[in-house]
Amino acid sequence: MRTVLFLLQKEFRQIFRNKSILAIIMVMPVVQLIIMPLAADYEVKNINLAVVDHDHSSYSRQLISKITASGYFRLADYSATFKEAMKFIESDHADVVLEIPHGFEKKLIREDEQQLFIAVNAINGTKANLGGAYLGQIIRAYNQDIRLELVQPGRINPIPVIEITSSNWFNPLMNYKFFMVPGILAILVTMVGGFLTSLNIVREKEIGTIEQINVTPIRKHHFILGKLIPFWILGNVVFTVGLLVSWLVYGIVPVGNPGVLYSFIAVYLLAIMGFGLLVSTFCETQQQAMFIMFFFMMVFILMGGLFTPIESMPDWARAIAAFNPVSYLINVMRLVILKGSGFREILPHLGIIAGFAVVLNSWAILNYKKTT
Amino acid sequence: MQTITLNGLTKVYGKEKIPAVNEVSFSVDQGELFGLIGPDGAGKTSIFRMLTTVLLPDGGGATVNGFDVVKDYRQIRSSVGYMPGKFSLYPDLSIEENLSFFATVFNTTIEENYHLIRDIYVQIEPFKKRRAGKLSGGMKQKLALCCALIHKPTVLFLDEPTTGVDPVSRKEFWEMLKRLKAQNITIVVSTPYMDEAALCDRIALMQDGKILSIDTPANIVSAYPDQLFAVKADRMYALLSAVARYDNTINSYAFGEYAHVSLPAALGQEAAGAALKNWLAQTGLEALEVFPTEPTIEDCFIKLTMDHLASAKN
Repeated sequence: MRTVLFLLQKEFRQIFRNKSILAIIMVMPVVQLIIMPLAADYEVKNINLAVVDHDHSSYSRQLISKITASGYFRLADYSATFKEAMKFIESDHADVVLEIPHGFEKKLIREDEQQLFIAVNAINGTKANLGGAYLGQIIRAYNQDIRLELVQPGRINPIPVIEITSSNWFNPLMNYKFFMVPGILAILVTMVGGFLTSLNIVREKEIGTIEQINVTPIRKHHFILGKLIPFWILGNVVFTVGLLVSWLVYGIVPVGNPGVLYSFIAVYLLAIMGFGLLVSTFCETQQQAMFIMFFFMMVFILMGGLFTPIESMPDWARAIAAFNPVSYLINVMRLVILKGSGFREILPHLGIIAGFAVVLNSWAILNYKKTT
Repeated sequence: MQTITLNGLTKVYGKEKIPAVNEVSFSVDQGELFGLIGPDGAGKTSIFRMLTTVLLPDGGGATVNGFDVVKDYRQIRSSVGYMPGKFSLYPDLSIEENLSFFATVFNTTIEENYHLIRDIYVQIEPFKKRRAGKLSGGMKQKLALCCALIHKPTVLFLDEPTTGVDPVSRKEFWEMLKRLKAQNITIVVSTPYMDEAALCDRIALMQDGKILSIDTPANIVSAYPDQLFAVKADRMYALLSAVARYDNTINSYAFGEYAHVSLPAALGQEAAGAALKNWLAQTGLEALEVFPTEPTIEDCFIKLTMDHLASAKN
């Protein structure tokens, strides 16, 4: 145990001496948590709308002002023909074209029916999807208003209507930041735990110090413990800094018990550090380790349910995600922070992550041979 | 008493299974300063790494202090000091921190074994707060030697400790080794420099993973079978090609400002020298100097290498 203590002393001395790494460890969570959630915004605003109004009636004008007043649309153009409006889409100045046919008002009142045409620029899928949906919703609401205006509602509605009212549980205002910030924090903890551990060990290989360590009585598990403990502590520090930032900047306070979060993080860090350790046993240079870690990080992040829900992925992708430790952490973070889940609810996740930790670390230790 | 024994030690690398160390056997006595001499790629470092238990042999065996390098690696690791050819201390820790780190992992302190390293450490002590990565080449080697000595090893393995070190530091380094030898520490050192070979008690000349000869430097020199002449003339290049054409020449090569020519001992010293001089004069070379010279370790090594190559061809 004394040996581990000396190794830890050496390790911390080196970490605190490496100013740039230390700065990154402290600055990265703060900056990324402040900037990334603002940029990774799911709400689509400022959709550029081109209107082709063949009717020029009070109804059509009412509809247009209703759309622009919603705050989601910006009237980019008011063209005379669809062809002209299409040019705006081609030059990327407009995202949606709304065409109001000739006699819109007249026909609507006389024949109780009228059609509108919407053309959406689908190059940006998310924007097209949401833009079309928003526009549809606004027009439907407008339709309802007109109906109220024209038809005196009787005691019993002549046509059966299903009205839908939804309420958003655990995030009533659908604030996407509540959803993104815990996920980004999960990624940050993964980066510090995985990257730093693997790079640090490979560095000892690269500069040859491992050769000198190998001829000393330092045992295999001493050396590995000496590497894991400092970065385990750093991972916890980063996590705490991240929680503080999300509280101070976004006012996110975990609904659940922070103790549950920390106990999960404790096990999770062991798993992800075991992964870093495993990568380091396969690599001879920091460059190799960096690229291998990068490859896995990309998979972990994009298939971890941070941006797109895992449930909507194809079966094969879900199978891969089941082996992605990051997906469990993101899930648990959201469960505890937003939903207030307790220890019992996250127990299955904890079990799986503990399994990861055992498998990855034993594999790494078996693979890390003192003698070649 | 034999501190180190090698018994048919073999190591092969790569898919081609080329032996880097080919059934090497020798032994080193306690308190001996033993030199492994050979060019790059002779297998010196592989032998060191196997003896210090960081590399597993593919055949044969070896013992250090009576411990087997495979089975009893743990005992060996706590009793030997190893200084790898490549500087491998922590460049971001200071001299003092490196030294105390390696002292503590061996469960000892700098104070306890200070007497061993004092002579060396006083030279780098003024810079003890400086990071190891910022030291000069010679200072790095001194620090590495201190770190290898701090746990009072009984055997010290030094892999090319003087490669890339200036001549003055090299000389100092060998003087330090002599003082350590006086402390009854067995030292195995490798070097590609032939002039350092003469400073060892015994040397093993190596080539292509094989030992060519093991003996004291004096014995190796006296075992030189041929007559060696140093030759000088006004035009070096013409001289070298002339001696190479001479019928009796066994071997000839440039050696400093002279060319060394070995002739069969059977010819008799004076007669051989006079005949060589005559022949060279006929080729039109002027300012000729021909005189017999004592072979050095380098001459012996060249001779042994030539024989080795010739036998490898047959």
